[in-house]
Amino acid sequence: MIGANLPALQIVLPLVAAPLCVVLARPNLVWGFATAVSWTAMAVAVALLVQVLDGGTISYQLGGWEPPWGIEYRIDLANAFVLLIVSSISAIVLPFAHASVVEEIPEDRVSLFYCMYLLCLTGLLGIAITGDVFNVFVFLEISSLSSYVLISLGRDRRALTAAYQYLIMGTIGATFYLIGIGLLYAMTGTLNMADLAARLPAVAETRTVQAAFAFLVIGIGLKAAIFPLHTWLPNAYCYAPSVVTAFLAATATKVAIYVLLRVLFTIFGTEFTLGEIALQWVLIPLALAAMFVASTVAIFQTDVKRLLAYSSVAQIGYMVLGISFGNLTGLTATIVHLFNHAVIKGGLFMVMGCVFLRLGSSHIRDLAGLGRTMPWTMAAFVTGGLSLIGVPLTTGFISKWMLLQAAFEAGFWVLAVAIVFTSVLAIVYVWRVVESAYFREPSEKAAKASEAPLSMLIPTWILILANIYFGIDTSLTIGVATKAATSLMGLAP
Amino acid sequence: MIQWGLFNYWIVVVLMMTGFFIVISHGNLIKKIVGLNIFQASVFILYISIGKVDEGTAPILDDRFSVYSNPLPHVLILTAIVVGVATSALGLALVVRIREAYGTVEEDEILDQDDES
Repeated sequence: MIGANLPALQIVLPLVAAPLCVVLARPNLVWGFATAVSWTAMAVAVALLVQVLDGGTISYQLGGWEPPWGIEYRIDLANAFVLLIVSSISAIVLPFAHASVVEEIPEDRVSLFYCMYLLCLTGLLGIAITGDVFNVFVFLEISSLSSYVLISLGRDRRALTAAYQYLIMGTIGATFYLIGIGLLYAMTGTLNMADLAARLPAVAETRTVQAAFAFLVIGIGLKAAIFPLHTWLPNAYCYAPSVVTAFLAATATKVAIYVLLRVLFTIFGTEFTLGEIALQWVLIPLALAAMFVASTVAIFQTDVKRLLAYSSVAQIGYMVLGISFGNLTGLTATIVHLFNHAVIKGGLFMVMGCVFLRLGSSHIRDLAGLGRTMPWTMAAFVTGGLSLIGVPLTTGFISKWMLLQAAFEAGFWVLAVAIVFTSVLAIVYVWRVVESAYFREPSEKAAKASEAPLSMLIPTWILILANIYFGIDTSLTIGVATKAATSLMGLAP
Repeated sequence: MIQWGLFNYWIVVVLMMTGFFIVISHGNLIKKIVGLNIFQASVFILYISIGKVDEGTAPILDDRFSVYSNPLPHVLILTAIVVGVATSALGLALVVRIREAYGTVEEDEILDQDDES
C-alpha cells in the first residue's frame, strides 16, 4: 500500500508538514520535526529510485484520473535521480541548520523559517516528480515564492533588495513559461508531457510551437540562471541566510536545469531541439560566456559567498555546454554534474555558513588567517575547492572528464580547451581564499574565532567527503546518469 | 454576430509589451509590481481567449445547448491568478520592508545607499 503511493507521499509529506511547523512554534521542536520530515522524504526518494531501477518508469495517477486528463506523476531515472539530489541535500542541510538558524534568524521567526523551508522543498520535489507541464508551473511558484521569503530573511538589508530583484525576474521567468505552455496547449490540447511529446511532431512546423519553444527556454533559463539571465543570482546567494544559500545553491538551479532537459528532450525531442531549431548554436556561446565571464568576475570578488555565487553561474555554463554537444556523453555529463555540483556547492556554502557563524562576515579580508583558528572548517573549504577546480579523485574531475570526452566525441576540441582554461580560472579564485586563510596574519575577527560547533561541522564534512567518495566510486552517479540520458534522448537502452 | 477574429490576441500582445516595458524601464519598485501585474494579466487573457469557442456557452450540461467553451484553460488560469495575487502581495510586502530599511522605494537611490555603505 505504502509502496504504491510513494510518489504522492514524496510531495504530500513536506507539504502537510510545512503549516504544522507554525503550529508547533517552539524553535527546537520545529527544527527536530522538519529534520525528521526531510529524512523521511529522503528515504522515500531512495525507495523510489530503487523501484525505478528495478521495475522501470513509474506512472502514478493522482486521484485515479487517467492521463492525459488527470495529473500524472511520472518517475523515470532522470527525475528519480533529481529527487534523490534534492531530498538528500535537504536532509544534510537541516541538521546543519540548527545552530546557524539560531544565530541568524530572530527567535520568533524560526518556526516560520522552517515552514518556508519545507514549502520550498515541496516545490522543488514537485517540479521534479510531476509529468504535467502545468503542474510544473504550480510547483515552480511554490518553490519560488518560498525562496523569495527565505532570501529576504538575511540579516543585511541588501537581502531585501536581492529578494525583490529575484521576485521580479523569477516571476517574469515563470510567466514566460506559462505563456509557452499556453501556446502548446492551444496547438495540442494536452498538458501531459508524454502526450505532448506524441502530438507535437504533427504541428512542429508551425510558428506557434516555435514561439512556445522560445518562451519556454527563456522562462526556464531565467530560473536556471543561464548567462546572461543570471543577474538575480549573486545577490540572492550572497545576502540570504547561510542555510538558505547552501540549500538553494545546491538544489534550485539544478531543478531548473532538469526542467530544461525535460522540455528540450522529452517534450520537443532531440530532433526538434538540436536539429530543426539548432539550439546548440545559441547555447554554446552562452555557456562559454558564462564559463569565462562569470569565472573572471568571481576572481575579483571580495565577498567569498558572492565569489562562490559567480562560480555557480560558471558551473551552470558547464551543464548547458553538456546539453549542447548533442551526444549521449554530453547529456550524461550534464546530469552527473547536476549531482556533483550540488555536492560541491552545498559543501562549500555550508563551510561559509560555519565561517559566517563565527565571524559574522564572509569578506575575504576577515577570513585572513582563519586556517589557524578554524582548521577543520578551512580544511573542508580546501577539499571542496579542489573538487570545484576538478582535481582528480574528486567529483569535479569526473564532471569535467565526462565533458571533455563529450567535446572530443562531438569534434569540438576548441571547447575542450575552453573547459581546461576555465578550470585554471577556478584555481585562481579558490587560491585567493586559500591564500588569505593560510598565508596571512590573522585578522581581528579571525584571531578571536573558534572552531564551528560539531552539529555544523559533521554535515559539512559529510558533503565534503561525498566529493571524494563520488570522485572515486562513480558507479551510482555515472551509472544512473547514463541510463537517464539514454532515456531522455529516446535512444534504445 | 460580429467576428472579432484575432482582436483578443492583439490586446494580449499590447498589454504584454506594456507590462514588460514598465517592469524593465521603471525605477520605482511599486510601479515595477504594477507592470508585472499588467504583464501577467495579459497572459490570463491569452489563456481565456484560447478556451473560448465561437458561439459556445458555459460548460453546464443542458438540452438547449450543444456547443460549449473549453473550461480547462479557464481553470488553469484561475490557479495562475491566485499565484499572481500571492506574488504581488509578497512583492509589496518586500517593498514595505525595503522602505523601512532604506527610506525610499526608488531603485537608483537604493543603489546609491548600497554603494556608500
